[in-house]
Amino acid sequence: MRAACRGIGEPAPMKGPRRYGRFARPHAQRYHRELIVSVSPTSLAIDARAVRRVYKAKPEPIVALDGVDLQVEPGELFGLLGPNGAGKTTLIKVLTTLLLPTSGTARVFGFDVARQTTELRRIMNIVSGGEQSGYGLLHVREQLWMFSQFYGLGVRDGWRRVDQLIEAVGLTEQRLQKVSSLSTGQRQKLNLARGLLNDPWILFLDEPTLGLDVSAARQTRELVQQWQRALPGRTILLTSHYMAEVDELCDRLAIVDRGRILASGTSAELKRRVQRESIFLLEVDRLPGGHQALAAVRGVLSAVEPTAHDLGSAADRQTVSVKLTLDDDAALGGVVGELGRMGASIVALAKSEPTLEDVFVELVGRGFAEREQEPAEKVR
Amino acid sequence: MSAFVFRHSESPEQAARWDRRRSLATQLRSVYGRAYPRIIGARREPSWLLFEILLPFLTTSAFVFVYRALDAPAEFIGFVVLGGAMTAFWLNILWMMAAQLYWERDQGNLELYFTAPISMMSILFGMAIGGLFMSGTRAAVVLIVGATLYDVVFAVEQWLLLLAVFFLTMAALYGLGMVLASFFLLSGREAWHLSQGLQEPVYFVSGLNFPVARLGMLGAVAIATIPLAVGLDAMRQLAFVGSEHADGVLPAWMEALILVGMAALFIGLARWMLGQIERLARVEGKLTVKGT
Repeated sequence: MRAACRGIGEPAPMKGPRRYGRFARPHAQRYHRELIVSVSPTSLAIDARAVRRVYKAKPEPIVALDGVDLQVEPGELFGLLGPNGAGKTTLIKVLTTLLLPTSGTARVFGFDVARQTTELRRIMNIVSGGEQSGYGLLHVREQLWMFSQFYGLGVRDGWRRVDQLIEAVGLTEQRLQKVSSLSTGQRQKLNLARGLLNDPWILFLDEPTLGLDVSAARQTRELVQQWQRALPGRTILLTSHYMAEVDELCDRLAIVDRGRILASGTSAELKRRVQRESIFLLEVDRLPGGHQALAAVRGVLSAVEPTAHDLGSAADRQTVSVKLTLDDDAALGGVVGELGRMGASIVALAKSEPTLEDVFVELVGRGFAEREQEPAEKVR
Repeated sequence: MSAFVFRHSESPEQAARWDRRRSLATQLRSVYGRAYPRIIGARREPSWLLFEILLPFLTTSAFVFVYRALDAPAEFIGFVVLGGAMTAFWLNILWMMAAQLYWERDQGNLELYFTAPISMMSILFGMAIGGLFMSGTRAAVVLIVGATLYDVVFAVEQWLLLLAVFFLTMAALYGLGMVLASFFLLSGREAWHLSQGLQEPVYFVSGLNFPVARLGMLGAVAIATIPLAVGLDAMRQLAFVGSEHADGVLPAWMEALILVGMAALFIGLARWMLGQIERLARVEGKLTVKGT
C-alpha cells in the first residue's frame, strides 16, 4: 500500500513501479547511500504524512489541507481529482516549496520540502493551467531560453535544449513569434516546454488543460504522455477537476475534498468500489425467448430492457437491447451460448462502467458541481 | 532518441547535487537571463524612443529655456541637461524596478522564480542590469543631444572620480530600487500609486534641475538619504569644475563615500527583505500566490 487514504482506507494494489526508468536501480541506491546524510532514505517520489495547511483569514482561518497522507512511486503519473477549492493546488504549492505545511511532513524524492528547498528545486518543475508567465515581447525561443538560464543551462546548451523542446511540443512554426501573439493552446504548449527545460525528475501539473479547447487539451495530454514514455523514470503529479482527463492519463489517482484524501487507487479500483456487479449493454437482432430467457442463465442477476439514458445513440436502431447485470464477467459465456441456442446474433456488446463522478458522489454524497457551490472549510 | 531527452542524470539525488561552481554559474546565468528581456525590449519596441527619450527631453528643454530667459549663468544649462539625463534612471527605478515584483506576481512569474534553484537577488540584479542598459541609452542620448543642442561646456579634471561617482550612484540607486521592489510587494498596495507618489517629490529634493545645495537643510537631508541627490551633486561638482554655482553640499570625495555606504546598505537591506518575502510567502501563503 503506497497511497494511504483517509476516510476509506482500503489498501490499493498498484501498477508495478517504474523506479528510475531505464537506469539501473543500483545507480539510484549507490547515489542514495552517498547522500544518506542529507537525503531521507526513501524511494518514494512523494511522501506526505499528515500534512495540514491552514490559511489565516477573517473571520476564521481556512483549512486547506487537513491531514493529507500521500505516497507516490517514482515513474507514476498520479492524479489528484477534486472540485475547485478541494485543496489540490495547496498541496502542489506545499510540494513545490511555495508553501510551508502548518504541520506534518512532506518529502519529494527524499528532499524535505521545508528544509531542502534548493536541492528539490533543481529536480522539479511546475506548469499551471492558464499560466501567463514570461514576457510578451519575447519570441517563443527567447522566452524559453530565458527560463533555461534560471536552471543553469549554459548559453549554447540552453539554445539547443530550447530548439529540441520547441520541436517536441510542435511550436516550430511559432518559434520566432512574439509570446503575446500565441493562442491559448500554443501558450500552454510553451508553458509545458518551459516546465521540461531542466529535465525534471518530477513535474507538477496544476490543471494543465484549464481553459483549453478540446483539441488543445488533447494535444497537451498527448505531450505529457509522450514525455513520460520518453523518460520512464520521471514522475508527474497532476491535479484536475476533469474526471475524463484523470481517468485517461493517470496510473493512480486520489479523490480530494475539503482538504482530505477520501480514496485512492487505480481508476478501475475506485470504480469497483461503487459497482461490484458487471453490467453489460447487449444489442441483438432478435430475442425470441424474451428478456426472461437471459435472466434465467446461471450468473445473470437480471436482464431487463434498458432505459433511453442507458442506450444513448443505440435507441433508434431496429434491434433488441438488453441490460444485463452479471455477478461476474465470466457469466457472459452462458449468455452468449443461450443467444446461440435462440438463433439470435449479437449486434453490439459493451460493458457499462461507472464514472469517477459516480465514485465522488458515493464518497461525498454530492457531485462536483454541487460541492463547488458550498463555502470553504473553516478551521475546527 | 526522443526530442524530450536532453541530459540524463542517473537519479534525482544525483541531479540535485550541484557543486559550488555550478551553483554560482547558475546565479550568474540567471542575472543575464533576467536582464535579457529588457535588453531585447529596448530594440523590439521602437515606441520607447518617443516615450523614454523625446518626451522627457522636452521637459529638460523647458527648463533650459526658462534659465535662458532669466539670463542664468551658462552652467545652469549644463546642470539641467545632466539632471535630465539622470531622470531616466529614477524613472526606471520606480517603474521597472520598484513596481516590477508586484507586477511579476500578477503575471505568475514570481512563483516561477521562487521555484527555480536561484536566489531572488539574481533576478533583481538581472532586472537592474537590464534597466541600466535601457536607461543608460536614454541618459546618453539626452546628455549628448542636450549638450550639443544647448552648447553645454563641461569642465572635468578628475575623469576617473567622475566615472566612479556615476557607477556608485547607479549601484546605490539600483540597490534602493531592489529595496523598493521588496517594499512594494510587501506593502500589498497598488504599485502604481506608490510609484506616482515617489516620482515628483524625489525629482524635487534631488535637485534635478538646480543645485541641491539651494534647498538648504532639505538638500542636506536629501544628500543623506537619496542616492540620486548625492550622486548628482557630486557629478555636478566634478563636471563643472571652477563654477561658483557648482559648490556641493559636501566635497565630491565625501559624497562618493556616502554613495559607497548607501550601495552597501541598500543591497544588504534588499537581500534581507527578499529573505523576509520568501519566508512570509511560504508561511502565510501570500505574495507568490496570484490573487491573494
